[in-house]
Amino acid sequence: MRQIAIYGKGGIGKSTTTQNLTAGLGEMGKHIMIVGCDPKADSTRLVLGGLAQKSVLDTLREEGEEVELDSILKPGVFGIRCVESGGPEPGVGCAGRGIITSINMLESLGAYTSDLDYVFYDVLGDVVCGGFAMPIREGKAQEIYIVASGEMMALYAANNICKGVQKYANTGGCRLGGIICNSRKVDGEKELLEAFAQELGSQLIYFVPRDNMVQRAEINKSTVIAFEPECDQAAAYRGLANAIDSNDMFVVPKPMVQDRLEEILMEHGILDI
Amino acid sequence: MLNYTPREYTERKAIVINPAKTCQPIGAMYAALGIHKCLPHSHGSQGCCSYHRMHLSRHFRDPIVASTSSFTEGAAVFGGGSNLKTAVKNIFAIYDPDIIAVHTTCLSETIGDDLPTYIREAKVPEGKIVIHANTPSYQGSHITGFSNMVMGMVKYLSQNSGAPNGKINIIPGFVNPGDMREIKRILKALGVDFIMFPDTSGVVDAPMTGSYEMYPSGGTRIEDLIDAGNSMATLALGSFASTAGAEELRKKVKVRPTVLHTPIGVGATDQLLMAVSRVTGQEIPPEIEEERGQVIDIMVDLHDQYQGKEVAIFGDPDIVIAMTAFTLEMGMIPRYVLTGTPGEAFEREVNAMLTTAGVEAKVKASGDLFTLQQWLKEKPVDLLIGNTYGKLIARAEDIPLVRVGFPILDRGVHSYFPVVGYKGAMRLIEMISNTLLERQDRDALDEDYELIM
Repeated sequence: MRQIAIYGKGGIGKSTTTQNLTAGLGEMGKHIMIVGCDPKADSTRLVLGGLAQKSVLDTLREEGEEVELDSILKPGVFGIRCVESGGPEPGVGCAGRGIITSINMLESLGAYTSDLDYVFYDVLGDVVCGGFAMPIREGKAQEIYIVASGEMMALYAANNICKGVQKYANTGGCRLGGIICNSRKVDGEKELLEAFAQELGSQLIYFVPRDNMVQRAEINKSTVIAFEPECDQAAAYRGLANAIDSNDMFVVPKPMVQDRLEEILMEHGILDI
Repeated sequence: MLNYTPREYTERKAIVINPAKTCQPIGAMYAALGIHKCLPHSHGSQGCCSYHRMHLSRHFRDPIVASTSSFTEGAAVFGGGSNLKTAVKNIFAIYDPDIIAVHTTCLSETIGDDLPTYIREAKVPEGKIVIHANTPSYQGSHITGFSNMVMGMVKYLSQNSGAPNGKINIIPGFVNPGDMREIKRILKALGVDFIMFPDTSGVVDAPMTGSYEMYPSGGTRIEDLIDAGNSMATLALGSFASTAGAEELRKKVKVRPTVLHTPIGVGATDQLLMAVSRVTGQEIPPEIEEERGQVIDIMVDLHDQYQGKEVAIFGDPDIVIAMTAFTLEMGMIPRYVLTGTPGEAFEREVNAMLTTAGVEAKVKASGDLFTLQQWLKEKPVDLLIGNTYGKLIARAEDIPLVRVGFPILDRGVHSYFPVVGYKGAMRLIEMISNTLLERQDRDALDEDYELIM
């Protein structure tokens, strides 16, 4: 079982990329579980066809500690099993603790069955506190992919996430598997991300082009592969699935100091956009 | 006993060993018990509340009532709002206090619970009150918690109605009910009208009557806490425990604060009396003057027992500051003065006293008893003054211990008698002299064993 955590700046397309990627892997016949680690609980909408998924924490709150696995784990397209950890409403409580609670509960309920080939954790935004690092602590996710684009703040966030990864790499054994570019059609984007990934000691594992098909599929509550299997974008996600399935480059990232990060941006001339 | 404490003192940043302080909520809970018909409420997990109640029960040997928000995993994630609202509803329905004083815990502070909003949204029955104080234990100590809860009382309750009440406010600080009774006795002897808050006398030293009263007769009345806004002055006894409340009264209702030492010893008691006299114009009555004369007489009678003896004092800052001043008055030499509560003011104040007295000593705030023991290994003293936790060092270093402060978990009755005022000074001189004499007897060879000392 490969456990993979997907991180990246808020709004970069982590959930969309994760779901389209898992659809690609699912199509290949892999057994997959997605664990959404975002209080907004919107990590599995495309796979479940818009089905409102009851989150682990909502269930915990409403039904107490006696939670049944069936009530929180729903199968979606290609048999992908979906879990949303959920969390408190904005401005109260502790979302980080929510993720810890929810992952612990999944473990104790036996959600991690041996037939699974992949478990994906879709984690919100930055690694703001210990809770959001839960998926990469204590030997859970061994592989991390960061979704980024050619925009400065996306790279800044990615670099920051690498600091968290580096910290847990020493104790938890997690490794960076690569950067996934979710293209914003910025000039020289591919080169910039390649240079960025190289500087981290990692790789640009795949370049996902920008295509309206993604939005169209999203509006229809579907992954691209399920919605329009023959389109170019479906092929792109299959490519991403293949790249990850055959990836063998796992490193402890070397996050950059701010100056170096800006230098790289400067070299690729996007600061003037 | 404490065999592995190394002799050499080294600077430590990362670890506290044998702490000389405890959690903020303990102080907040104790302060809340000083309001009549108040149920202290711990907003956090059950373990916090149990520990704090138990610790107070062990010191006072009386039942300590308090309720808890009983946080579970869900509360930690979703916030403690619904727990508190349910708690408020149930507490008023079942235990029927007049007021609930909520203090927070590390958990509720860390998840950022917004207590004022929760309290506003809670269904509080007509005529009942809920107040709160923020008490994260990763800041300060139980003294900070006490101070915060006293400040909370003022914030929520004290009002200026425009009608001066001719009273003075007294904030006694984190002291025993025996001390609070003594301060009240002195003020009554002076013929002064006063409002003391908090006042745990009659609560944590309530008599056995044959029937259990959840809310004993003691404690500051809510109407008095409100009326404190109409007083002519506030006397805050002990800067660490009482300044915040007095300052809040100044800010909120313009009642003038005077911060004094905890009135331990002759000088500090004199200062309290003179301050009261200045504010109220009352004369010091002969019976109080008589007590003062008795203390001086006793000092003369027994000075050869303690004069020049070296002492280490540890515990809570206000008590330690006052005890340091008193031992200097007695002609003793405080060599080590330590508190676990953080605060540079402690070191400043103690060092100033020692400099004036020409005494060289080690002084430390945010200290621990491991440090104290290392100092003692370097150069011992004749006497320890502090709480029960000193008994381990007392045995390890073979130094007698006089139990003063909080907590005293291994002796009884202490909380019924004062250390404050002239009576308290007499008691302390008795305790100190007897302890030193006892030691002399213990160590005397048969031929030196005296009947008359």
